[in-house]
Amino acid sequence: MDWAFVFSQTLTQALGITAIIYCLAAIGLNLQFGYTGLLNFGVVAFVASGAYAIGVIVLTFELSLWLAIPVAMGVAVLLSLLLGIPTLRLRADYLAIVTIAASELLRLTVRTVLPDYLGGTQGLNGKIGQQFHDLNPLPADFESLPVLTWTRQDLWVVIVGWGLIALFSVLMLLLVRSPWGRVVKGIREDEDAVISLGKNTFAYKMQSLVVGGIIMAFGGILWAVAKQSVQPDTFVPDFTFFVYTILLLGGAARILGPIAGTIIFWFLLAGIGEFLGQAIQAGWIDFLKPTDVGAIRFILMGLGLMMLMIFRPQGIFGDKKELALDAR
Amino acid sequence: MPADHTEELGPQARATQAVLASVERRPGAAKPDPILIADNVKRQFGGLVAVDVEHVQIQRGSITALIGPNGAGKTTFFNLLTGFDAPNTGAWTFNTRQVAGTAPFKLARMGMVRTFQLTKALSRMTVMDNMLLGAKGQIGERFLSSFIAPLWKGQESTNRARAEALLARFNLAEKAGDFAGSLSGGQRKLLEMARALMSGPELVMLDEPMAGVNPALTQSLLQHIKAIREEGTTVLFVEHDMDMVHDISDWVIVMAQGQIIAEGPPDSVMKDQGVIDAYLGAHHDKQLTSTGEALTESPGGSA
Repeated sequence: MDWAFVFSQTLTQALGITAIIYCLAAIGLNLQFGYTGLLNFGVVAFVASGAYAIGVIVLTFELSLWLAIPVAMGVAVLLSLLLGIPTLRLRADYLAIVTIAASELLRLTVRTVLPDYLGGTQGLNGKIGQQFHDLNPLPADFESLPVLTWTRQDLWVVIVGWGLIALFSVLMLLLVRSPWGRVVKGIREDEDAVISLGKNTFAYKMQSLVVGGIIMAFGGILWAVAKQSVQPDTFVPDFTFFVYTILLLGGAARILGPIAGTIIFWFLLAGIGEFLGQAIQAGWIDFLKPTDVGAIRFILMGLGLMMLMIFRPQGIFGDKKELALDAR
Repeated sequence: MPADHTEELGPQARATQAVLASVERRPGAAKPDPILIADNVKRQFGGLVAVDVEHVQIQRGSITALIGPNGAGKTTFFNLLTGFDAPNTGAWTFNTRQVAGTAPFKLARMGMVRTFQLTKALSRMTVMDNMLLGAKGQIGERFLSSFIAPLWKGQESTNRARAEALLARFNLAEKAGDFAGSLSGGQRKLLEMARALMSGPELVMLDEPMAGVNPALTQSLLQHIKAIREEGTTVLFVEHDMDMVHDISDWVIVMAQGQIIAEGPPDSVMKDQGVIDAYLGAHHDKQLTSTGEALTESPGGSA
């Protein structure tokens, strides 16, 4: 059994591109759900809209990636408005119902409608991120970092990805510590009270949905650029629930919550997978087949999350006293 | 008792009571200087008419109590006036401005601020943050300027100083850094009232400010309400506690089954037979027979 290999693979995945995509989505959700209390169950729709916007602009219309990025942001804004205008005046649960339905609707639509533009079930595959990868400053003969086994191309995405996470986290910090942040936190606690103090809560909820949506779309942008492929069936509701898991794991309404949650989530998920894979290969475990590992790791992960909810319901960074206030 | 009662009145209270002395004591009576005038406000829930107010005026600078038995429609009427609920018919003006159909947050900005029967302290925010949320016209509450702290830091510290002064008045100064959720029920009532005052409202509408508050705290709340009025704020409040209504209000409006059935200064309203009947039932002072019917002859005098 190669412990060093297990560790290096696990760490590479915990900090890798997929983790970064989830982290960006979780930062967006932290603003919407953690701070504002908006139950957006359509996280994946915002990520998908970002990814598809990039894919369509670059591959279908053969335009520049640098044009595609603002378009992707615009699509996320449009999606927020579309979902928010009819539902944000209603009770919180309506947004949840509408967003989860919309995310599936979006996936099934891009899968079947306009296959010449959207690629149908195959999605869009090609050199989506070429213009980005051309800017790679790493030396051409770059092999790999010690322990972290990214390729030259992946490392460039990882650097930019963590840069984006840092940027958005700082912006979030400024935002939630300002009077604006105070208003959205008030909305989370009791919207009517905030209305009675003369705040236009609808506008604040809309702003929160839009800004969170743009951050999520950056997850999708990175996805399209890094994987050079956008496929409809990767944008399933599971993604949304993993993002919620990450946020609750790290602690909602905490700036570092999404980052800690992402690293722990992917470290455990990848670690369990790598360990089981190696253990089966080494003959330590004979009642499992290597093909079982994918499912087993989610079972163990689920068990771990239940333990977390029982023994540390506030998440890693949460404040238990604060959580207890809710029960009153 | 009414004698020493008058001695502790401030100048604003004395002036208001003098003006109201000449107002007719009937439902819908015209006031010399009304801040709020409502006409034909009607709200139905299915077949039930919850509120059906033909005409009512609230005198500026007064403390007006809105009383009535449970289910009389007081809170619904509050919700309608403050825009939290929409009436089937009706119109009302605030400071002579037609405001029916105006969004509740806009009414609050115009200076008509309410509190709630079930206190809405923002639990997972500090007492100070609760207070600061009440301040009007904050630059830092706009999305783009929120990123640039120097734009709003000055205003923030002015607001903070005001909040500290208000908290001190409401005996909450040492709680400023605590979560609002950790306060007792009575302290939350105080916080909600103090928060409503942060915006410097012209009309404060308090929905059962004394419900669930212990007697010692009630006295200090009463003093606060009187003090607010002396500063020129009009107070309209819903309350069940008759002693309190009697103690602080200049004018009492009585609702029953959605309608206003009596108006007048507290002393005269509380002697009104219609009001007593509405509260206690027309046969409240008659003994019941074993079949549940009221005896015709009353022992008398108990009312």
